[in-house]
Amino acid sequence: MSTAEAHHDDHDHHGPAPGFKRWLYTTNHKDIGTMYLLFSLIMFFVGGAMALVIRAELWTPGLQIVDPMFFNSMTTMHAIVMIFGVVMPAFVGLANWMIPMMLGAPDMALPRLNNWSFWIMPFAFTVMLSTLFMDSGGPAGGWTMYPPLTLQMGDSFAFVVFAIHFLGISSVMGSINIVATIFNMRAPGMTMMKMPLFVWTWLITAYLLIATIPVFAGAVTMLLTDRYFGTSFFSAAGGGDPVMYQHIFWFFGHPEVYILILPAFGIISSIIPTFARKPLFGYDSMVYATASIAFLSFIVWAHHMFTTGMPLAAELFFMFSTMMISVPTGVKVFNWVATMWRGSMTFETPMLFAVGFVVMFTIGGLSGLMLAITPADIQYHDTYFVVAHFHYVLVPGAIFSLMAATYYWMPKWTGNMYDEKLGKIHFWVSTIFVNLLFFPMHFVGLAGMPRRIPDYSLQFADWNAIASIGAFGFGFAQLIFVWVIIKCYRGGEKATDQVWEGADGLEWTVASPAPYHTFETAPEIK
Amino acid sequence: MRRSLLRAVMAVVACSLVLPSLALAGYGDTIDMTTGVTEISRSVHSLHRTIFYICCIIGAGVFAVMFYSIFAHRKSRGAKPATFHESTTVEIIWTIVPFAILIGMAWPAAKVLIKMEDFSGSEMTVKITGYQWRWHYDYLDEDIQFYSQLDAAHNAARQRDSGVELEQFEHYLKEVDNALVLPVGKKIRFLHTAADVIHAWWVPALAVKKDAIPGFINENWAKIDEPGIYRGKCAELCGRDHGFMPVVVRALPQDEYDAWVADKKAEATTAKLDAQREWSHKELVATGEGVYQRNCVGCHQAEGQGIPGMFPAIAGSDVANGSLEKHLETVLHGVGDSPMQAYSTRLNDSELAAVITFQRNAFGNTTGDTIQPSDVRSYRNGQMQSLATDTGYFSNFNVTGAN
Repeated sequence: MSTAEAHHDDHDHHGPAPGFKRWLYTTNHKDIGTMYLLFSLIMFFVGGAMALVIRAELWTPGLQIVDPMFFNSMTTMHAIVMIFGVVMPAFVGLANWMIPMMLGAPDMALPRLNNWSFWIMPFAFTVMLSTLFMDSGGPAGGWTMYPPLTLQMGDSFAFVVFAIHFLGISSVMGSINIVATIFNMRAPGMTMMKMPLFVWTWLITAYLLIATIPVFAGAVTMLLTDRYFGTSFFSAAGGGDPVMYQHIFWFFGHPEVYILILPAFGIISSIIPTFARKPLFGYDSMVYATASIAFLSFIVWAHHMFTTGMPLAAELFFMFSTMMISVPTGVKVFNWVATMWRGSMTFETPMLFAVGFVVMFTIGGLSGLMLAITPADIQYHDTYFVVAHFHYVLVPGAIFSLMAATYYWMPKWTGNMYDEKLGKIHFWVSTIFVNLLFFPMHFVGLAGMPRRIPDYSLQFADWNAIASIGAFGFGFAQLIFVWVIIKCYRGGEKATDQVWEGADGLEWTVASPAPYHTFETAPEIK
Repeated sequence: MRRSLLRAVMAVVACSLVLPSLALAGYGDTIDMTTGVTEISRSVHSLHRTIFYICCIIGAGVFAVMFYSIFAHRKSRGAKPATFHESTTVEIIWTIVPFAILIGMAWPAAKVLIKMEDFSGSEMTVKITGYQWRWHYDYLDEDIQFYSQLDAAHNAARQRDSGVELEQFEHYLKEVDNALVLPVGKKIRFLHTAADVIHAWWVPALAVKKDAIPGFINENWAKIDEPGIYRGKCAELCGRDHGFMPVVVRALPQDEYDAWVADKKAEATTAKLDAQREWSHKELVATGEGVYQRNCVGCHQAEGQGIPGMFPAIAGSDVANGSLEKHLETVLHGVGDSPMQAYSTRLNDSELAAVITFQRNAFGNTTGDTIQPSDVRSYRNGQMQSLATDTGYFSNFNVTGAN
């Protein structure tokens, strides 16, 4: 692959506008990508602070710090912030930065839409977080917002629904942009089956988002009309059914969990080959596995509802379909290991995070397989075992993949190498504490501790104390991450264009830092 | 190299089985699922262990290969990268083999599930209704019913900064005022529903967890093998005090259970007589304070001050100092679109009379009113008449559907 760098004299007006207007008006995919990434980094600390309130209250038995109602709104908001404010925008930010560069495109297909989909987010989250300061408090019925409980909430509920609608609009617009870019902006010769896996996983993720976000929007709108306009979609008193909400919600909610992990698969599939100095094993099967996971994600939703009293036939169907998901997911893990096998590996920070991802995501995947076994799931359901499971796939899973991606591409973004020593310290401290934090949750969950409770029986005290120590350790370890980013932005050893010895792909053919405009003339793909 | 890899994999697999077993044996009640006391709970436990061991073996295998590779195939040891990047054969193998394992697991799981869903042949039925935040048990065959909620001492201890030493409670947050009493050796059917929001009735030792959904009835069953006390919790987030609505089941041998039923019926007769007689003001206030502590204190707080913005105060309120009619209406029928629930079926006439008398003469309220059980009864009767002549709006709907 080679780049044809074309020089034009009439392009100086394309440089960034000065000051704040650059960021407000920008249609540049790199600027917008940067804003998404910074936004999600800030929200990571907001959501993290909420998690620390939860862990502080749970440090010892008894209620010491917060009222149970506020505790509930912390668990609810923590989830909303981390899902919609951290993981999703961070992946969109990476997509913005990397997809055009990976495809040899000059920018995203719809740059003005791109600007809009970003700027909706801070606005929507301001509305969402403002509910915490209203008289009736923030949402406290869980991020799943099951009725009738969530309808007991005060009038701040309307603000929550409003904010969700706007976040949804932002996500759908971002997804349309990504799909349009991938289908229309590929450089000549960049066939679908030559695209980097990160692009593939994002293409499939974008379709999941476009298909499911409107369903979620419909569900919360029905809640809104039940609350304010006298409808009875979810109230038995008016002929409705509260369980119908759960079906609609999880029809969105289950694909949503794959939205949070598929781009991570793409990132890991880029990083492992680079540091193993060996091409990704089974590229084709990785693409097919991603597509299979996406398809299966639409037919497993009711495995979140095994205790709601579904008919036996439905329970059996959802048990079998859920177990099936472990097949394509297993294929992915095996392919990563096979990529490492007989490679020539080095372990810079991105690779450490990628290996950490494979190990800990696999642990989360295996507990997911346990959860698929319906009779056992009925016992696991709504306990800390489930909390342990989804935090293993989301924190040392999705979040670790985001950190791996940041270390991997940061030299390309800033033109400087980050501090390798600090990066490694960040990885090891995070890994130790994240396991202290989440591993004991398996134990207390199995032993009978329900989730979403502000106080617990004394038999769970020791493990909860350990988890809380892990939480604070993990939380403060992220300050190292911020420091590495600031340090790297300010300066450091200059990065080469290639950056990593084993790196392969169009993004490594442009200068470091990547110029404001790249691939104004399409590269040739051989 | 290949042999050493095989040895490494075997060693890790062995460790992955031995270590968890040792750990589980030592700390069973804080790190693993209970075996329980029903046939179903034992089946569930064995499914749980089987799938756990399968996961350990898969995990150990994958990690062993991976860590061997990390150790052996690193650049610093002079490893030269191979160039292979696909093999249809291995892709097929690692698709088919997990699939076969899954089928092997799905079969016993389906068998247990089918057994769990077989409600036929039950010998008695208990209807369990979830309320914010207590349970109501109704023995459909015996005409016995009562509420069950967190024990008062535990409830006091769990208030924020109560300063109570929690170590004195052996079963902190898992003790109730009235346990659900059940006989052993009988197939007991549970009917689950709720009055306000969704709850979930969960007793790990019985492997029973089912959502209680307002307006719908769910079924479940258990046949308890051993007498004993089995503790559980509400498992579905149900609002502020979700963490504080435990379940306690006391399983008794048949003869002791029969004696308990007889006692309970005698108690009910006394309560009926109580509702007919005239009470003294002092007696009403004293009884009412207890009713208040069990039912109202969660929202309206110990001094009747409420929580501003969320739960109104009773101290100095218009309702507790104004017309008796309005007070009765508020307590019996609740306040629509607010967390204030209807207590007309949850408390009997004596309890209602007592708690209203208490509220009107406590927290600085000095109406001096005395409300007799007969007053509550005549309020109810008056209402029945007005409803009969009205177009007939019933604010309390009955449970109608089943899913």
